[in-house]
Amino acid sequence: MLTIDQLSLQLPYYAHGHASWWKRKWATCLDELSLQFSAGEVHAVVGASGAGKSLLAYAIMGLLPPAARLSGQLNYHEKPLDEQRQRQLRGRELALIPQSLSALDPLVRTHRQVTWAAQRAGHSSANAWLSALQALHHYQLDARAQQAYAHELSGGMARRVLTAMAHVSQAKLVIADEPTVGLDPHQRQRVLAALRGLADQGKTIILITHDLRHALPIADHVTIMREGKQVETAPAGAFQGTGSSLNSAYSQALWLALPDNNFATTTADALKREATVA
Amino acid sequence: MRLTHLSVVLLCVALVSFGLMMVSPIDPIDAYLGPQMAQVSPEQRELIAQRWGFDESPAVQFGHWLRQLVGGDLGWSHVYNQPVSDVIGQRFQRSIALLGGAWLLSALLGFSLGVVAGAKEGSRLDKIITTYAYITASTPAFWLAILAVLLFSVMLGWTPTCCAGPAGALNQDVSFATRLHHLLLPVATLALLGIASITLHTRTRMLALMRSDVAIYAFAQGASRIDVAWRHGLRHASLPAVTLAFASLGELFGGSILVEQVFAYPGLGQATVAAGLRSDVPLLLGIALFTTLFVSVGNMIANTLYGVIDPRIRQGEL
Repeated sequence: MLTIDQLSLQLPYYAHGHASWWKRKWATCLDELSLQFSAGEVHAVVGASGAGKSLLAYAIMGLLPPAARLSGQLNYHEKPLDEQRQRQLRGRELALIPQSLSALDPLVRTHRQVTWAAQRAGHSSANAWLSALQALHHYQLDARAQQAYAHELSGGMARRVLTAMAHVSQAKLVIADEPTVGLDPHQRQRVLAALRGLADQGKTIILITHDLRHALPIADHVTIMREGKQVETAPAGAFQGTGSSLNSAYSQALWLALPDNNFATTTADALKREATVA
Repeated sequence: MRLTHLSVVLLCVALVSFGLMMVSPIDPIDAYLGPQMAQVSPEQRELIAQRWGFDESPAVQFGHWLRQLVGGDLGWSHVYNQPVSDVIGQRFQRSIALLGGAWLLSALLGFSLGVVAGAKEGSRLDKIITTYAYITASTPAFWLAILAVLLFSVMLGWTPTCCAGPAGALNQDVSFATRLHHLLLPVATLALLGIASITLHTRTRMLALMRSDVAIYAFAQGASRIDVAWRHGLRHASLPAVTLAFASLGELFGGSILVEQVFAYPGLGQATVAAGLRSDVPLLLGIALFTTLFVSVGNMIANTLYGVIDPRIRQGEL
């Protein structure tokens, strides 16, 4: 339903050092990404911080700062996803679960914020209030949490509120940006299961995370990113055993570095190899 | 708790202003006698001083004054030949129309302009509003008042040049419309100056909000800029606006002294000037205390409002 073709993104910056601080330079943050997301799947985008995962989400949503230089092609349902269409579809077809909990307005009660999200998605006011209530119940947020302000919620509850806001929009494409950060294992499972549930209803989920291990159980496809480049896109099933079905050395190393795979690191392997040569 | 704070503040102000009066070159007996000073012998002066308790130590005098103050007696104003409390009461009634009108106007207009400018950052409207705010922020009140009188009262003749009612008319004969007509120019002048700082602070808060995670997430939900400014912006920007509006009460009071002087408006500001120039010590002290009370109550209201606007402040309160 969403295809990304040769997407590159450059952001301006001002170099430090003498005689160059006024010169605008361009940092390449996304480098020729080509991805396909289909309905009913969870597509995990995995990479270290600074790999450009969140920028990819912002590029799809059309939330990049005005100075950004974007090239390449975005297609949503076979039609180009340009700025105008992004504006129309945001909140209705495209939803974002943001990474930062500061996305919740500290001065507004939970239920009202979810109601606003519903209104922005096109519900009538009365209807929005009800569907917000349903969404909050769906994510086990009780009457107290509904009337609470953001600072009164635990991290897990705030995450669920953000998920409920994406849920209430009925969007067909949900981008979840690091939705499990700072959650205990039980809460994490709950959030991940909720995302899987959305995918099983036929929605497309883009799961942005730095943690391959947590993404694998619910993901259908995994894209590994590194420094703005797409290292590899593979079915989730390819991450098994010694990772021999993976194409790139970086994805293999990432897979083998997981605790369950004996923390094998390439540097350690390289050192061992050097030792045997010597 | 807050009332204790208030009384401590009032006591401090009473002490300081009383001390200032003691060290000032004002001689209450000279002020009382006025032109008849020359006809009074030193012995008679001595008698008056004794009668008034000036031969006692400053601490005892302060004690006397404070005791009367607590009993509700602020003293006698020789300038107006009335009890000080009556003078303040009458003058304040007139001033509150001027102050309140200007305050409400500057708070509401300043806030709305700030929100609009901040929401439409970089637009033509924003530039016009900011330029206007910078210019008025750097304009002295009395100068603007003089210009306003020259233009609207003298040249155009739209508004009266002075006072709270037509010259010679009795207070009870002045109609409400006439009163408003006389208030128009002073209120507008005073408000015009208050608007600037509230506008600029509100705008800054709006700019910060429009770039915050809250706004970006709202945009991600499909909200327009107007939606974000209306739903999130108003709440966030009202905090600095409330702070400023109430903190500026003191400033407004100071401004009203100048403006009342220029417009010859018989309010509390004019009474302050008269009391100062003609050495009316009880009236001056009374006004100082009354102003303190007025500004402190304003700050107390602001403190309470913070909690209403921002729940995080309510929680932090002990």
